[in-house]
Amino acid sequence: MSLTTATAPPTDPGPAETRRRRAGRSRLEPPNRWAGLLTVGWLTIVAVPLLVMINWSLQSQDAYLADGPLAPPRAITADNLVTVFDSGFLLFFLNTAVVTVACVGLTLIVAVPAAYAIVRSPSRIVAAGFRGFLLGLAIPAQATIIPIYLLIVRMGLYDTLGAIILPTTAFSLPLAVLVLASALRDVPREQYEAMTLDGASAWRMMFSLAVPMSLGSVITVGVYTALTAWNGFLFPLILTQSVDQRVLTLGLWSFQSEFGVDVPGLMTAVLLSAMPVFLAYLLARRWLIAGLAGVGGK
Amino acid sequence: MSERAPDRTTRPGVWYAVPAMVFFGLFALVPLVAVVVLSFTHWNGLGDPQPAGLENWERLASDPTVLDSLRITVLLGVVCWLVQTPLSLLLGVWAAGPQRNRAVLSAVFFLPLLLSGAAVAIVWRSLLDPNFGLASVLGPLVGIPDGNLLGSSTSALLVIVAVVAWQFVPFHTLLYQAAARRIPRQLYEAARMDGATRLHQFRHITLPQLRNTIITSSLLMVVGSLTYFETILIVTDGGPGRATEVLPFRMYEAGFRSYEMGYGAAIASALVLIGTLLSLVMVRFSGFSKMRSTLEGL
Repeated sequence: MSLTTATAPPTDPGPAETRRRRAGRSRLEPPNRWAGLLTVGWLTIVAVPLLVMINWSLQSQDAYLADGPLAPPRAITADNLVTVFDSGFLLFFLNTAVVTVACVGLTLIVAVPAAYAIVRSPSRIVAAGFRGFLLGLAIPAQATIIPIYLLIVRMGLYDTLGAIILPTTAFSLPLAVLVLASALRDVPREQYEAMTLDGASAWRMMFSLAVPMSLGSVITVGVYTALTAWNGFLFPLILTQSVDQRVLTLGLWSFQSEFGVDVPGLMTAVLLSAMPVFLAYLLARRWLIAGLAGVGGK
Repeated sequence: MSERAPDRTTRPGVWYAVPAMVFFGLFALVPLVAVVVLSFTHWNGLGDPQPAGLENWERLASDPTVLDSLRITVLLGVVCWLVQTPLSLLLGVWAAGPQRNRAVLSAVFFLPLLLSGAAVAIVWRSLLDPNFGLASVLGPLVGIPDGNLLGSSTSALLVIVAVVAWQFVPFHTLLYQAAARRIPRQLYEAARMDGATRLHQFRHITLPQLRNTIITSSLLMVVGSLTYFETILIVTDGGPGRATEVLPFRMYEAGFRSYEMGYGAAIASALVLIGTLLSLVMVRFSGFSKMRSTLEGL
């Protein structure tokens, strides 16, 4: 459907190109003040809740209750960290990490060969499989949750991390296969021909030609899958139950009721839960943006 | 392909794609069929589903809470689209321009996308707390003296619209930004030489060139609006009354709170049906097939 238009991630123009465009534009047209104003307005809307959240996480609960929502912290405190870690945060964090690493690993292990086969194999079965993946882009996970619950219970996986990992991976496959396939299409046929003359197997061609040449997309898929797995809510909510198997998103939700009015503690937990994502964003910004922007296609 | 010499390269076998196909089939395609099958059964979540004939569907057709949910789902989808599309279109087009501070802006824009839906909902719920949150300060300014924005059905719905926009406008902005960067600059240069104003350029170049992206983004929004779940669960829990109970929430309630999985499956089937129909209608009426590049006019 809509997502079938996903293309190879766009690359940023190089610095020279950007400079040339800047100079070109500013000579011809004055800056667009209204649009600039709108952007600053939206920026405020985005930034204020985030700043309030950070502000709250730095103050004690007493100060928060006494000084009102907009007061800056009187004294910066680390008490909230103690509260959060005492509430099992570390366990939820580790569970989420296990789920995320497993989802990324599984997704790449099955999606890379599948995309390679879709691009290279003449088989009709593979082509039909590709259409199946395309169909999958339009399936909302919500609508399938009851049968998935039945399936997971019957497989004896209910209330395990595996119950989260398997469906999360399955639902990340359509986009992964699509992005990888469009990247693999760009590998020139001559390269495959040259390797065939050298007597290389299809498997070797995948590892020493196709994957290295589309490494950017492989990373994009990895980063995007990690983001989805880290932030997943519905599958953990329905498919796990005990505190031992709780992931961060559910942990935050339970903190909300357990902490009562300890909003500073809650905000600290939210910030801590997003920390690895922020770090990953700093490291892999280019691939994350490429992956998300690639969804829109042209 | 046909003009070229026959391809004699070594090609991968079908089995490269098999793991991904099995995975995806088992956890996405089979459940899609199974949800319809389950809608003709009674099942309390334990034991075996029992055949129920058309009972769930008859009940569905006459259940006022489901009809209300349908109405709320559609209303929410329409309002969210109306709010998000112009905002993200304008922001994206502006962000694709040559501004010097663009990098900083897009970095801040990106932050809500990194937070999980659960985290976003929790932050907003705290901000909107009538006693201690921002709402206690800002509520009186917008005519809600007690600051209880979640107290009335209209304002609770608007809150959901605002939270969804806060979370997803950055994503759609990114889509438009990526697409706007690919519009050939010569089009604008030619228009400027003809003396076209900025507004003219926007109407006659930018909008037609972004047509594909507008459709893609709108489809994602519409299909996405059928899946707002954790936002509603955490911010309003469907309330006040049933004012924010969208279809997936109603399904969750039927299946996992009242243990009427068969009935939940019937609601889920309706959800799949509506999603598919909406996508088809949108693709048809927006003239996906007729789309051409405006470059032809040159």
